This record gives sequence, structure tokens and C-alpha cells, in this order.
Amino acid sequence: MGSIRLEKVNKSFGDVTVIPSVDLDIKDGEFVVFVGPSGCGKSTLLRLIAGLEDTTSGHIYIDDQDATDIPPAKRGLAMVFQSYALYPHMSVYKNIAFPLKMAQQDQATIDKKVRGAAEVLNLSDYLDRRPGQLSGGQRQRVAIGRAIVREPSAFLFDEPLSNLDAALRVNMRIEISELHNSLETTMIYVTHDQVEAMTMADKIVVLNAGNIAQVGSPLELYSRPDNLFVAGFIGSPKMNLLDGEVAAKRDAATIGIRPEHIRLSKDSGEWQGTVNVAEHLGSDTFLHVRADGIGQVTARVDGEFDVHHGDTVYMTPEPEKIHRFDAGGLALR
Amino acid sequence: MAREVSTQRKTINTVVAWAIGLLIFFPILWTVLTSFKTEATAIADPPVFFFFDWTLENYSVVQERSDYMRYLWNSVIIAGGSTLLGILIAVPAAWSMAFVPGKRTKDILLWMLSTKMLPAVGVLYPIYLLFIKLGLLDSRFGLVIVLMLINLPIIVWMLYTYFKEIPKDILEAARMDGASLKSEILHVLTPMALPGIASTILLNIILAWNEAFWTLNLTAVNAAPLTAFIASYSSPEGLFFAKLSAASTMAIAPILIMGWFSQKQLVRGMTFGAVK
Repeated sequence: MGSIRLEKVNKSFGDVTVIPSVDLDIKDGEFVVFVGPSGCGKSTLLRLIAGLEDTTSGHIYIDDQDATDIPPAKRGLAMVFQSYALYPHMSVYKNIAFPLKMAQQDQATIDKKVRGAAEVLNLSDYLDRRPGQLSGGQRQRVAIGRAIVREPSAFLFDEPLSNLDAALRVNMRIEISELHNSLETTMIYVTHDQVEAMTMADKIVVLNAGNIAQVGSPLELYSRPDNLFVAGFIGSPKMNLLDGEVAAKRDAATIGIRPEHIRLSKDSGEWQGTVNVAEHLGSDTFLHVRADGIGQVTARVDGEFDVHHGDTVYMTPEPEKIHRFDAGGLALR
Repeated sequence: MAREVSTQRKTINTVVAWAIGLLIFFPILWTVLTSFKTEATAIADPPVFFFFDWTLENYSVVQERSDYMRYLWNSVIIAGGSTLLGILIAVPAAWSMAFVPGKRTKDILLWMLSTKMLPAVGVLYPIYLLFIKLGLLDSRFGLVIVLMLINLPIIVWMLYTYFKEIPKDILEAARMDGASLKSEILHVLTPMALPGIASTILLNIILAWNEAFWTLNLTAVNAAPLTAFIASYSSPEGLFFAKLSAASTMAIAPILIMGWFSQKQLVRGMTFGAVK
């Protein structure tokens, strides 16, 4: 079991309020990603759940039990840190065995569990090594091994992949997703990378300045953003957000249209513009167009659409894909 | 790119380094040499360096007149005991200052250090009276307590700087792994800070071993350590230079040997944190 519920959780450091008030419901077995720009309070929120920070007010329930005042060691959660936080003076074996030793399990059980975890994580050949003798990816796997042997009710990941290089990051992303599929344990994952959020999450929590901007599945957030912040944050390249006359024509303060929802033509269309930069990725081409009277617009076209800097193009947004926002930044539906 | 250093330059550096080293070491060397001279040669003018009749007479006289082993044992107990007790108190203190600092932690650290600026003689009278009242005069236990208190600020400061080097994440990971505060300090913090703790212990043993103000003033016979042993051979007339030297050599030999064998730790301890 591993359901977690936050009720009006507030955190202040002195006079600075980091998290004004958060309510959140995480179901058992869910993969939840906290995403947001740096300084949005996502790591703080995770540390509050872990118990490494005390809440200023509000309550945290783990499996419907009030855990607000329970110390981190007793919450039954496991955490994987950005810096891996392995014990440098212990071998890989002892690192993974540490939580079991703290739980006073007998030697035979410890050995069985450590070797089992090492097997799953491809670490069997490295059990005698020290963390200093391992690569970044291996260290991260040791950190995950240390977390899984405890059989926690939930895993907490604090930006676990940001110290790895790009190729390794993609592999580890898949490994963590597979791990979630096989363990079916609740996972809370903090990242600033919206690609990680989109690819891994069952449920994404977008945070902005300590407030929850929107909660939903990746596709919900993508296709129905509640506000300008989510619209701009989720999706790569970013959604085009246009205001002025073009928005007023559609009874909105701002309209948003994703690059892939703009049809391009060399002959005719709703908006006329000049190609500033054309990024040819092979399968797709991203065009950065200066549209007359509208501003900078990014559009995605087929890789075979042959245009270059300075060419004139015509763009037509797909009407049903246009997102409308009011002056306060909230979606109009 | 490595910097090119010519052979000539290296030779000069080596010679200069040896010269400075010898200059610093000279008083100790002179003491050791004098301890092998007769009292007459010891005060000869001009002084003789190497070419004299080497004799062990001073050592046998010193040993006959006073029981060296008893002083040595007192020194071991006082230096070792005060350091051990100090470490036991300082580890938790430094832990809390390094990892859960409060608003006043910096002030407390500075205040602790400021107690070292007070001349010891300024509190001799009250401490002496306290010792009489508590019946601690001339007891090893009393000296262990006093020397521990005297060196505690240094122990806390040193441990604090070592602990500061340890990433907070690792201690938090231990907490998440279910470690109690005791396990966290015992299984994670202490082993990681072991080089630092070792050099703190070494430095404090040396400080306590050489401490002469309190050990001389608060002991008479029973608890007198090697510092009192040396002092008992110094006389205002300076007639027994050779015996004084023999006593000094015997007193500093153990700590010198210990320092020699642990110089790696000592140097590491003193430069710890200077480079990552």
C-alpha cells in the first residue's frame, strides 16, 4: 500500500513562504511526477513528504495515517537523491544492505535481498566495489537498489537523472519505468525536465511558485492546459502564445496554438510570414517564422517541406486546436 | 601543463628546506645532545657539539632519583583520557552545529574560541579553590577534566570543519534508510569523518601532553605527569643542564615518536578542506 494525501500543506522558511497551501491525492501504485521550473517548490514538497522538512501547517497522510509528525526513518518511504548520496566508505553490497541492517533483519534475509536487487539492477559483478569506483549510471542503480530492498510503500525520486549524460538518461528513464511496472509501487518523481514528466508519469503535477498549476495525465495537460503557465511549460517546442488583434478576433486575451497544429503552404493561408530560421531534423522541420502583424510563430512541418531563411510562407491554424485564455491567464472553454 | 623546474633550482630549494628544518629542530637536537654530556661539558664555553665523551650517566641518575614510568603513565592517562572524553562530547556538539545549525551557532563557535584568548592564569585562583573544595587536587581525574575543558573548543572547531565537508544528502539518505540518530552518527558520519577525527585526536594528545600550566599548578606527587618531571630538574642556578636535558628527552620522546609515525594524518588534518 502506498497512498499519500496532502491536506493544506504549507511550508515557510522564516518569512519566505515556499509552499502556500497544497492539497494533493496520490493513489496507491501511481507514478506521479512533480514538474516545474527551478525554485517552484517541487523538491521542497518531496522533502516534506519524506519528512526531511517539517510542515509549517497542514497534514500529510500516508496510507490514511497522519504522518505529519512521524520522523523520516519511520515513514516507510525510500528516497533516491540527485547526488546519489551513497555511503562512500561502504562497498556496493553494504550500501544496499544498510536499510535492511537498520531494520534489524537477519543476515540470511539481507543476503538474499541484496543479491536479488543486484541481479535486477545488473550490479552483481560490482558488489565488492566502493561507490567511487563506479560510473554515474552504476551509482544511480546502487541508489535505486538501496531503495528497493526495503520494499517501501512509496519511492521518492529527487531529480535522479540530472547528473547523467543525455544517452544514459534515456536508458535510466526506461529502467525506472520498467521498475515501476514490475513493482507496482507508488513513485513520486521530481524533475524540471518536462520530457521526463511526459514520458514517465501516470499523473503530472505542474507546480508554479509553490502552487499547483494543474494536475492531470500527460495527454490531458498537453491537450487541455488549464492556464497559460501549463500551456507554455508542457510541450516541446513550446506552444505559440499570441495576443493582440489575432486573439481578440477569437474573443480571448491570448490564444495558444501548438507548432504541430499549424498547416503551412507556400501559396495561401490565414497568416503570412517570412521564415527566420528553418531547423531541419530530418523527419520534421521546425520553422521559426516572423508573421506579419502577429509576431514570432513556431511551426512544425514535414521534413520534406523545403523552405529556407527569407522565404515567404502562409500559415493556417487548425481552428479546433486553438486554446483560448482570458486576461487572467485561465483557459476559456 | 607542468611547470618546468631546473635541477639547479631544485637543489637550492632542497638545501633551503633542510636548513630551515634544522633550524627549527636545533633546540631539540641540542637538548638530546646535552643529555649525553657530563654536567661539566654541558656548560663548557665554547660549547662542544659532537666530540665529547658520550655518557648515559644522566639517564641512570634521573631514573634512580625519580620514577619515570609513574610520570609517563600519568601523562598517558591525562592526555589520552582528556582527549577521549573531549571527542565523546565534541562529536555530537559538532554534529548539531554542522548539520542543524541554529541562529546562534556561529556566535557560539566564536564564543567558544574566545575562551582560548583568556590567559589561563586569570582563572587559576578560582579553579584552584574549586579543586580544593572538590578534593580534586593532585588527582588524575581532575586533570583529565580540566585539560578536556581547555581543549574542547579546539576539538569542537576541528570536528565542525571536518563535518561541514560531508554532504548533507548522505546523512539524509541514512535517515530515509531508517537509521536512528545514533546509527546515523555511528555508522555513517563517524566512518566518513575518520581521517578528520584521527587528526583531531592526535593534535589534542600532543596539546594535552605538552600542557604545563595546569599540570604543574594542580599536581604535587600522585598525578604529576612528565611536564612536572621535567620541571623538577630545572633549578634557577642552572647547575644540572645535562640531567634536565635527559629528563626532557625522556619526556618528549614518546610524543615525538608518535608524531613521527602519524605525520601523514597530521599533515592531512591540518590541510583538510583546503583542497577538494
